[in-house]
Amino acid sequence: MDHLAPILIQVLNGLQYGLLLFLVASGLTLIFGIMGVINLAHGSFYMIGAYFAWSLASYFGNLLTAIVVGIVLSVLLGLALERLLIRHFYGRDHLYQVLLTYGLILIFEQLRSLIWGDEVQGVKVPELFNHSIALTDTLSYPVYRLVISAACVAIALGLHWLIRHTRLGMMIRAGAHNREMTEAMGINVRMLFAVVFSLGVALAALAGMLAAPVSSVYPNMGSQVLIICFVVVVIGGIGSVKGALVGALLIGLADTFGQVYLPQLAGMVVYLLMAAVLVFRPEGLFRKT
Amino acid sequence: MSHTHTPSNTSIDALPATPVSRRRFLSLSGGVAAGTALSAPFVQAQPAKIKVGMMLPATGTFASLGTAITNGFRMAVAERGGKLGSREIEYFAVDDESNPAKAPENTNRLVQRDKVDVLVGTVHSGVALGMAKIAKETGTLLLIPNAGADDITGPMCSPNIFRTSFSNWQPVHPLGKVMAERGHKTAVWISWKYAAGDESGRSFKEGFEKTGGKVVKELGLPFPNVEFQPLLAEIAAIKPDAVACFFAGAGAAKFISDYAAAGLKDKIPLYGSGFLTDGVLQAVQPQAQGLMTTLHYADSLPSKRDQEFRLAYAKQFKMQPDVYAVQGYDTGLLLAQAMDSVKGDFGNKAALIKAMEGVKIDSPRGAWTMSKEHNPTQDIYLRKVEGEQNKFVSVAWKALADPGRGCRMA
Repeated sequence: MDHLAPILIQVLNGLQYGLLLFLVASGLTLIFGIMGVINLAHGSFYMIGAYFAWSLASYFGNLLTAIVVGIVLSVLLGLALERLLIRHFYGRDHLYQVLLTYGLILIFEQLRSLIWGDEVQGVKVPELFNHSIALTDTLSYPVYRLVISAACVAIALGLHWLIRHTRLGMMIRAGAHNREMTEAMGINVRMLFAVVFSLGVALAALAGMLAAPVSSVYPNMGSQVLIICFVVVVIGGIGSVKGALVGALLIGLADTFGQVYLPQLAGMVVYLLMAAVLVFRPEGLFRKT
Repeated sequence: MSHTHTPSNTSIDALPATPVSRRRFLSLSGGVAAGTALSAPFVQAQPAKIKVGMMLPATGTFASLGTAITNGFRMAVAERGGKLGSREIEYFAVDDESNPAKAPENTNRLVQRDKVDVLVGTVHSGVALGMAKIAKETGTLLLIPNAGADDITGPMCSPNIFRTSFSNWQPVHPLGKVMAERGHKTAVWISWKYAAGDESGRSFKEGFEKTGGKVVKELGLPFPNVEFQPLLAEIAAIKPDAVACFFAGAGAAKFISDYAAAGLKDKIPLYGSGFLTDGVLQAVQPQAQGLMTTLHYADSLPSKRDQEFRLAYAKQFKMQPDVYAVQGYDTGLLLAQAMDSVKGDFGNKAALIKAMEGVKIDSPRGAWTMSKEHNPTQDIYLRKVEGEQNKFVSVAWKALADPGRGCRMA
């Protein structure tokens, strides 16, 4: 029984990391799957969320208020970006989208430097969750990490309900399958895409806000997440939220166990996993939603 | 980054069409002649300024260390009236972002573009190795105020490269002896996987196993990752007598805080080289209480020299100095003392180098001398965190010299 406890705890760690990855990856896969837009700037939204959390939490003195305000700001940012920039690139060659969103990464990094500076910042865990539960006689698990996981599960369920059981979700799925026909049916696909893009931005930013207390807030935090998210989306299948969930959990577990049991391979485990999946299922594990 | 060349578009056709009258031409040239005649005596009287290129992190996890080093250096120079060997200084600064991939480009900005006389930097060992390579090729004088990569005073050693801080091997070496004396027989080592982390780990293992202890596992994560949770769980599963680590800057603060949040603080004692607790205590004061570390500096050294230094630094910069500030300060002292011995004649490289080799620095950390491989031979102290200070406990090792393995010089 003593051997099982450490493994179970690492499973918990892996799932927690995976759920956070899912939050970011779901936005990426929605934007690509439904709008056909490759969004390299997705990692920047994660970073922007984290910096929102830090600056707003310092201002309001309270992380929860900061998160609510931050979500509103992220949605506004998403709507503005979609209207001003992204909408001109629908249906264009993916290379143009890559160039545009790569430019956005650089712009966001500089803006971040100007607005919030270049120091590494910490965000305090809300007092309500700032204690640990004893799991074994030596190890305790921070309650806040459990809260993050719970929030991610709730959001995953919310996304599932939205896409499968609401009119909006139905319209989104229709618009993804056949845009012209959907428009011919009188549905405003333009507005739909604006909603999807803002949703994606908000999801990434929310992930950054939730993760800020445990991962610290620092420049370049977006690029690390972005690469892993692309791996998740490729493994899970582009456009599939279910795939993003499964892919993210797989990556979370692989990375966690790899760190502990195969330290010589270090960061490679994740990419080896991706290669293995692509050999057997090149389109990823699941089809488009 | 590539340089774009704008094509020259001046041609005879592009000259202004307005005719220049002879009167205007004569008055203009008269003005120029008068100007050069007036300024000539001033230009001749001043010896050329010494160009000092500071390549330090201004962004990222080591940014505050870069600031402390710069503060210390400037303070040492200011104490001597702002001059080195009676010559004024012109500063150039580059942010190295603690990014080894950009090191050659950033170093060349100072060496080739700004043509600095002295290169000072840096914090990250990987970046410093890039700087050392270029310094070796160009012969530029390089003073290293922090980066501890063993190779710099090992296989990469060179007459024009000096270090005023430590080698990664040094501060952590006595830790094994300290932990063994406190009854710990098994230990887990944890750090980032990069030059500083790996070399500290090897030195700790060497020191600890010499006293009969055993390092049961070595854990690492990529720099500057701070997701420690899986590794903390692994430490709890292994249940060693103690944990030894190397972390620095913001990552160190996070590790101390996560270690406590995982409930390990009171169950498995944590030790580290002093970088774990230097400069971070303000952020993690409650969780860090009682932590014991070894380093070549401490916050309450029983030395008048140190107390004077700390008062002056706090007065000028409104914060307490740490080991990084002392290293920056000693770099200034080293350059100043050497320039004084050659009486400002910077061109005489051989004499300058000989002066630096024979130097004895009256540092706030205690007097130290330069080893054969150009690394400080210095005392290492045992410290304990009390309040917001790393209080001096005892001398863990007197006049410890880095073995300088692989250096073929002198």
